[in-house]
Amino acid sequence: MALSKFRESYFGDQPLRGSEMAERKRYPAKPKKVYFFATCLVDLLYPEAGLAGMQLIRREGVEVIFPQDQTCCGQPAWNSGYRNEALQVAQRQLACFPEDYPIVVPSGSCAGMMRHHYPEMFQTSGDQDRVDAFAVRVFELTEFLVHVLKIDLKDLGPPVKIALHTSCSARRELSVAGEHEALLKQLSNVKLLEQARKEECCGFGGTFAVKQPAISAEMVSDKAHAITATGADVLVSGDCGCLMNIGGHLDYRNESIESRHIASFIWERTHATGR
Amino acid sequence: MQQGADFHTRVEQALNNTQLKASLRSAMDGLMASRKACFPDADELDTLRLRGAQIRANALSKLPQLLEQLEQSCTDNGIRVHWAESVDAANEIVLGIMREHQAELLIKGKSMVSEEMDLNHFLEARGIECLESDLGEYILQLAGEPPSHIVAPAIHKTRHDIAQLFNEKFPDIPYSDDVDTLTRNAREILRKKFYSAGVGLSGVNFAVAESGTLCLVENEGNGRMCTTVPPVHIAVTGVEKVVEKLEHIPPLLKLLTRSATGQPITTYFNMISSPRKPGEKDGPNEVHLILLDNGRSRIYEDSELVNTLRCIRCGACMNHCPIYTRIGGHAYGTTIPGPIGSILEPQKAGLDNLGELPVASTLCGACAEVCPVRIPIPKLLNRLRYERIRTNHDGTTHGQGSGRTLMEATIWKGWSWLHRNPGFYRMAMTLITRMRNILPRDFGPWSQVRKAPRIAAKTLHERAREEGFNDR
Amino acid sequence: MTVKAREAILQRLRNRQPSFDTPSQAVAIENPVWSMEARIARFKSMLESVRAEVCIVSPDSWTETLKAVAAEKQIDNLLYAKQGPLAKEIEVAWGDTLLPKLVCDERPIDEWKEQIFYHTDAAVTSARAAIAETGSLVLWPTEHEPRTWSLVPPVHFVVVNSDKLYNTFAEAVETEQWAQQMPTNALLISGPSKSADIQQTLAYGVHGPTELIVILLSSIRQD
Repeated sequence: MALSKFRESYFGDQPLRGSEMAERKRYPAKPKKVYFFATCLVDLLYPEAGLAGMQLIRREGVEVIFPQDQTCCGQPAWNSGYRNEALQVAQRQLACFPEDYPIVVPSGSCAGMMRHHYPEMFQTSGDQDRVDAFAVRVFELTEFLVHVLKIDLKDLGPPVKIALHTSCSARRELSVAGEHEALLKQLSNVKLLEQARKEECCGFGGTFAVKQPAISAEMVSDKAHAITATGADVLVSGDCGCLMNIGGHLDYRNESIESRHIASFIWERTHATGR
Repeated sequence: MQQGADFHTRVEQALNNTQLKASLRSAMDGLMASRKACFPDADELDTLRLRGAQIRANALSKLPQLLEQLEQSCTDNGIRVHWAESVDAANEIVLGIMREHQAELLIKGKSMVSEEMDLNHFLEARGIECLESDLGEYILQLAGEPPSHIVAPAIHKTRHDIAQLFNEKFPDIPYSDDVDTLTRNAREILRKKFYSAGVGLSGVNFAVAESGTLCLVENEGNGRMCTTVPPVHIAVTGVEKVVEKLEHIPPLLKLLTRSATGQPITTYFNMISSPRKPGEKDGPNEVHLILLDNGRSRIYEDSELVNTLRCIRCGACMNHCPIYTRIGGHAYGTTIPGPIGSILEPQKAGLDNLGELPVASTLCGACAEVCPVRIPIPKLLNRLRYERIRTNHDGTTHGQGSGRTLMEATIWKGWSWLHRNPGFYRMAMTLITRMRNILPRDFGPWSQVRKAPRIAAKTLHERAREEGFNDR
Repeated sequence: MTVKAREAILQRLRNRQPSFDTPSQAVAIENPVWSMEARIARFKSMLESVRAEVCIVSPDSWTETLKAVAAEKQIDNLLYAKQGPLAKEIEVAWGDTLLPKLVCDERPIDEWKEQIFYHTDAAVTSARAAIAETGSLVLWPTEHEPRTWSLVPPVHFVVVNSDKLYNTFAEAVETEQWAQQMPTNALLISGPSKSADIQQTLAYGVHGPTELIVILLSSIRQD
């Protein structure tokens, strides 16, 4: 077996890093239309983040389609071991995105699920070719803005200091931590501060936060300390799970720091009518 | 050791121990930084890890053949090979050798397999002294504690703890909390033991099939003492530790020491291929190798879970694990703690005993990112979560389905139904937004340290329609 | 019992052998290749970073260095191999020097164990080769220079020629075709004995030598 094939087949079990990753990711040319998959957390808790993501894409002249039948990628059940329950939900999502348009997801966690875990999940369901073709169309929002739309942001907002928390899946599964930072650095009035141990997990982990509340509490508390220690006014993240966790803890501690999804944060600072 | 049921209790204890937390944090920060400094070139590291994974996968793919080859090479070299299906059997073999030589003292180098065997207690119960000689392990033996880390066993102890312990156990030696003095004292105490021990015992880092060579990695020299000075040497290892060729050793060694402690190499790399030959002036007259199965052949049978056995025991996954860093090794209640322990130990002891461990992870992936042989730990944790609740038991993993509760299964079934019936989903979500001011704000454990998330006034499904985003 | 276990374990593994995609081609690792000067510099800095002493001396004056360093360390007795590769030069150089006193015992170690454990200050041995990348000495102890010599006395002097200085461990294993001729015990020694088991603090001389002095013979002068 050729070496490249070996890497794919044997080590495809784990995302590749660094240059290997860049080599494998193929970004399409700017399309006419995209699908937007909002995720369940965005739908119910952070709709403004989803809307901001769609508006950012639309502003670049690309039509955004929001299939009304989308619900959830299935990750909560998948990570809880309920594979069949997850698969059924995933199969329903596939049906929502029939055309060959890119599927943009404002979450590293859900995009990682659809790009990397769907192929594994469908192994026994007989839809392998269909899911493989689907998975390569999935892009996390920031990588899509940077690499496909090559977006150029003009900052209209007042000076602000922010801290960025990149989710573990955005960082390790998708390797898009650099894209998060690149977008924020385009904003001229935004000062991006770096917290200690920025690579460390915030302790959300889906059901982990309720199944292991004591460990999770310790982790989120450490994370919140590291973030407040930077003196930032705003905490930005590309994942609503982390935002809900860290932001929820910051609010519980009555910290003045505000938490925002990266899409909302960017849209509000670059949109002419502003806040 | 106590298992499963009181995992939560031990976690609480660990989290309430501020000194433990501080020791762990600074130790893990140091180990992470050293590792990073040792691998300055990311591409080189990627290639080396691929090679490491390939070598270990290759060895596992031929495991029965390589074990036979190892046995043959060792036997040809004069090493006596024993096979043990269980830890009891392995302990009996050690005891048999001790009795054959009327040996009263066994001196041990660091070996996680001997921890797995609980050899110290087994021999002590039969009137044989079994002494640890690795400094960290020796300290823990004095304290009556198991190791809390596979590479740095006493990482949870401060030098003051250790000074007090020495003072308690050796009141004749003047108290000191100076690290050099403590080390010197231990050297003097243990030197006498190396001198007089009838049998030395070690683990094995790699066993080379083609040459019948047992490789040992260490810094202190106690491993060399145990395998050089006593007249008999017993090496214990799991059956998975075999590699095919000697040329596979340099890349694995490079990965092991750098991943473990950020050292380019350890002080000693000891390769043993035979007992003392005629004319040689030292070295043991007998070398025994005990190959232990203890559940490994069961793990072997699954083409995904078999990757657990690639592990070379560097401990990098624990050093980088945000959960290990907070609760330490003892909380796991297993021989091997941390991420690798959370996939390995439940497969050995059964998910009915240790099913909690694969659940106690955020799947953050920091472990897999640093694993020198690229074990996809989060993927295997996820797989074990499935094994834990699955209903069609095929008997491969022990304790399949043991974590399933009717309540949880019903919730997920309902969840699944709702999320594949979009009409009902939209209706339900819209309803929740409309009731957001009267819904309960207390989300159980979530709310203990967090404000509940604020439900939006309208769902994105509604907003998207209002803002004119097409449905197709 | 162990025969039955052997059959049972092997049978289980054979019956259950999982399918693996193993490649025909090995992932290629690029090992560093340095000039002799660079190799020596690397070797020296790696060893010094773990508190070993490295003296680079010309092949015809190394015994002077050995004498001087041994005297400076106030070593009373120095174990050497009367029939080893270094013996002649050492004996000539020592002449009637009184301190450090040269000692040698050619009996099996068990017969003079107390002497080597408690009354020997230092030993000098040769090394088969050395490795630049990791700052390692390759020892294949022999009947003349047994294993204990590099382990038990508190100070270990090693003499090695730079023409045996390999770039990497992999290169040594391959060039010398180790797989065909493994000795009873092959060793890589990369510094004095050390431990960080007490509160992550490095301490030297735990069970092996506290001091490792490497005498590298080279005609290339380095300062």
